[in-house]
Amino acid sequence: MTLVEEPATTADVPQKEIGRARRRKEDARLITGKTTWTDNMVLPGMLHLAVVRSPVAHAKITNVDVSAAQQSPNVVAVFTGQDFKEEQGSIPCAWPVTPDMVNPGHPSVAVDEVNHVGEAVAVIVARSKTAAQDAVELVDVDYDLLPVVLDMETATAEGGPALCHDHLESNESFNFVFDAGDAGTGANTDQAFADAEVVVSRRFVQQRLIPAFMEPRSVVVQPQGDNYTLWSSTQVPHILRVMLAMITGVPEHKLRVIAPDVGGGFGGKLQVTPEEVLSLLVARRLGKPVKWTETRSESLMSAHHGRDQIQYIDIASDREGNLKGLRCRILSDMGAYLRLVSPGVPVLGAFMYVGIYKFPAYRFDCRGIFTNKTPTDAYRGAGRPEATFAIERIMDELAVELGMDPLELRRKNWINAEEFPFTTAAGLEYDSGDYEQATQQALELLGYDELRAEQRRRRESNDPVQLGIGISTFTEMCGLAPSRVLGSLSYGAGGWENASIRMLPTGKVEVVTGSTPHGQGHETAWSQLVADQLGVPFEDVEVLHGDTSVSPRGLDTYGSRSLVVGGAAVMKAADKVVAKARKVAAHLLEASEEDLDFTGGSFSVRGTPGTGVSIQEIALATFAAHNFPEGMEPSIDAEATFDPVNFSFPHGTHLCAMEVDTETGMVKIRKYASVDDVGVVVNPLIVEGQMHGGLAQGIAQALYEEAVYDDDGNLTTGTFVDYLVPSAADLPHFDTGNTVHPAPGNPIGAKGVGEAGCIASTPAVVNAAIDAVRHLGVSDIRMPLTPERVWRAIHQGGDGGDRATAGTNAYGGAQTETTAGVATDASSLGGDR
Amino acid sequence: MTQINVRVDGASYSDDVEPRTLLVHYLREQLGKVGTVVGCDTSNCGACTVHLDGEAVKSCTVFAVQADGSEVTTIEGISSNGTLHPMQKAFHEMHGLQCGFCTPGMIMASIDLVNDNPDPSEDEVREGIEGNLCRCTGYQNIVRAVQQAAGEMSGRPAAADTLGAQS
Repeated sequence: MTLVEEPATTADVPQKEIGRARRRKEDARLITGKTTWTDNMVLPGMLHLAVVRSPVAHAKITNVDVSAAQQSPNVVAVFTGQDFKEEQGSIPCAWPVTPDMVNPGHPSVAVDEVNHVGEAVAVIVARSKTAAQDAVELVDVDYDLLPVVLDMETATAEGGPALCHDHLESNESFNFVFDAGDAGTGANTDQAFADAEVVVSRRFVQQRLIPAFMEPRSVVVQPQGDNYTLWSSTQVPHILRVMLAMITGVPEHKLRVIAPDVGGGFGGKLQVTPEEVLSLLVARRLGKPVKWTETRSESLMSAHHGRDQIQYIDIASDREGNLKGLRCRILSDMGAYLRLVSPGVPVLGAFMYVGIYKFPAYRFDCRGIFTNKTPTDAYRGAGRPEATFAIERIMDELAVELGMDPLELRRKNWINAEEFPFTTAAGLEYDSGDYEQATQQALELLGYDELRAEQRRRRESNDPVQLGIGISTFTEMCGLAPSRVLGSLSYGAGGWENASIRMLPTGKVEVVTGSTPHGQGHETAWSQLVADQLGVPFEDVEVLHGDTSVSPRGLDTYGSRSLVVGGAAVMKAADKVVAKARKVAAHLLEASEEDLDFTGGSFSVRGTPGTGVSIQEIALATFAAHNFPEGMEPSIDAEATFDPVNFSFPHGTHLCAMEVDTETGMVKIRKYASVDDVGVVVNPLIVEGQMHGGLAQGIAQALYEEAVYDDDGNLTTGTFVDYLVPSAADLPHFDTGNTVHPAPGNPIGAKGVGEAGCIASTPAVVNAAIDAVRHLGVSDIRMPLTPERVWRAIHQGGDGGDRATAGTNAYGGAQTETTAGVATDASSLGGDR
Repeated sequence: MTQINVRVDGASYSDDVEPRTLLVHYLREQLGKVGTVVGCDTSNCGACTVHLDGEAVKSCTVFAVQADGSEVTTIEGISSNGTLHPMQKAFHEMHGLQCGFCTPGMIMASIDLVNDNPDPSEDEVREGIEGNLCRCTGYQNIVRAVQQAAGEMSGRPAAADTLGAQS
């Protein structure tokens, strides 16, 4: 495709590709509608699936009558849980975070009980999509209703409401504890709190969110003899293949999984879904190609949700603001079932609650709770936004308690630039950075002093529109992940990534990556890496991905890992290609390898200008293999697998200036400035785009989005009318900048950028709104900051309250208070319940 | 079944459709115009935006029979002889897309916006495309793209931009 013209490069001198704002190769097909979304696929004789879903949150299935549906025009078959109960296994949970974690099992189609609204109870197979959908309404299911469990805080109380799963003993899945004192990474936490001069305790609510990728999920399965090809709108074709083989018994080598163009994921397509399993089972049963594509309403209701935690946070310090300890007790809503990494999400956050600060003592205690709601799982940031929100919000609260400037409190306790590498109380070794530098730059970008002056003027004049400034100084762990660390956390897979490079006879290059993109621009960035390493033109590199037959080894895309781990594998593979080519060059030039220089894609004998052989010539010579070094295989292709030794730790300072209309509760972001350090930047265009997108999603959590259930367990935000994904008019202009401290742990020096904006921005926005109205007695406002909630917080006190019926959305409970002095009763807020 | 006659991207079609068939399903399933996509079921996301007789419509909100006798233009019909439409070019230049799923609709809505307002301010662009959702970009580069394309479409010189320099 040559529709897209690149701006001509003016200089003859080859420009280094890394650091260049290359326009994306991917765009050519995306801007012209020549894309291969899964739903675009049409195969001969293809049948269409539609899923019948439970309208009730918890019930026994006493009868399923499919006779009317079977007789509906063009319906080929109807399957229920009874039809598949012997072969559907359970949706896998790859992360048993504790040895005694309770997993109720997750059938793809319910057999005798449903546990959340939207759970599959039958599958229609028809000759057209409309015929399948028409028949959905003809399936008659008898439900014997059971009590629903919706509120996490009461779900595990003595004499609590009911059981989410009748066959379990409680609604608790696991209790994961990390204690720095026990782990040897910090002091005794209880002692630190007992000795502290000041303790502040808060209860924060991380509302339930929906990833809301723009492309609805879709699956196509084609049986060919005993082989199956499965196309899916997935982030994880490699993981999906392994898991589907284990679940369905289709042998792994008979199953090919392809992720074609994928329209966004944000963690929402990091899953093995019931619909993927069912599509494969139906295709195997009927021997026909099948397609399933969800509607948006189905997606919002049945694709996994994110966040949904209640956080009880205690922070201890002395009167001068020196931090003494942090204690976090978390309730994390799993929903009705454990999906692929549901329990791992809060555990990923466990190590980030200490943020960028030097806490001497730290304790994290998280309970995973079952409720009769859609399962939760990864959503952009996965655990780390929750951690960042908690620490950055409570730092502001502590600053108020101490009468200190919130920035000064942070500065007093953060890790200084000269202290890296620094091991935190959570046991992680932070790699590099300079928090002061990023903060200074962000303050200038925002125009901090002038806005503080305006804030004072508005306060003094009692302006109905008040101004606040929110701060978030954050870090995150990226580059998932060192395999050994994942092993120590009981994760079911490694964290390496694989790449291979094929040198074609004409000098063109194929790069195969195991990291599967869905909007991140791998094809462009990987081409830049390889162009620099091999000295070949950017245009001569083709990046292949997303097909288990083409890229057989990989662990896919999540956790800001692609460049940091996958890109590093590409660099290592390129080094191997050069090493092999060097041997061939030495042979062809009749020189010793040590005497060869490799620059600009050519080997030359040092001190002998004019001699030389290009890597393209070597590729052709390798293809012919007529004149090759004795004993060497005729190939300069190479493969590499990179397993990082440590995580990488991007950091940054985000500042939000917010106007709050005290009369209407309306909030408006006046200015947003962020300075991030994501290490070495390969493509500033892509990095900036990732920052913008992350900011939008983090701001959306603060201001707009919430999945709400009514007291029967119905999702009342089940369409885009009700679930407020922000539009262009709802978001501000972002002023972004960056500092660069290379990550020492990978050959690129990159730290990861995919989640940074989403992790950092939410507390900056909420802190800003509270800063605007704190003088009116407001110390918390529950997310999202709807005008109603903001107005209530200002005029009625409290945190603005639930949007749903009281007690149904899991976030009821008392407003927490600040307690000064020794925390005795504080433990009733933050301690055991 | 009802017979309709439509021109889509410059070609004429005569087809029988069910009265309930939506224009987007007609385009995708009967004509194979899969460049236009479906993103929601409530007309909120705008991913399916096409031009009907020159005006942007959400093709999930129009019945195929309503397009009878009309001219439909999709994302597949706006570049000519291998030359990109200025809006397509600007989305590429300004990095106005990531996953690209909303892009066809976003481009079609943006062309309509610029046809109505040849020199939109940032706020006017933001309000003009608020019927089209994007989950990837945070919209900032889309706004830049629309403004750049507006300049080219009306023959104004392109403004200097600091794209990629993080501002």
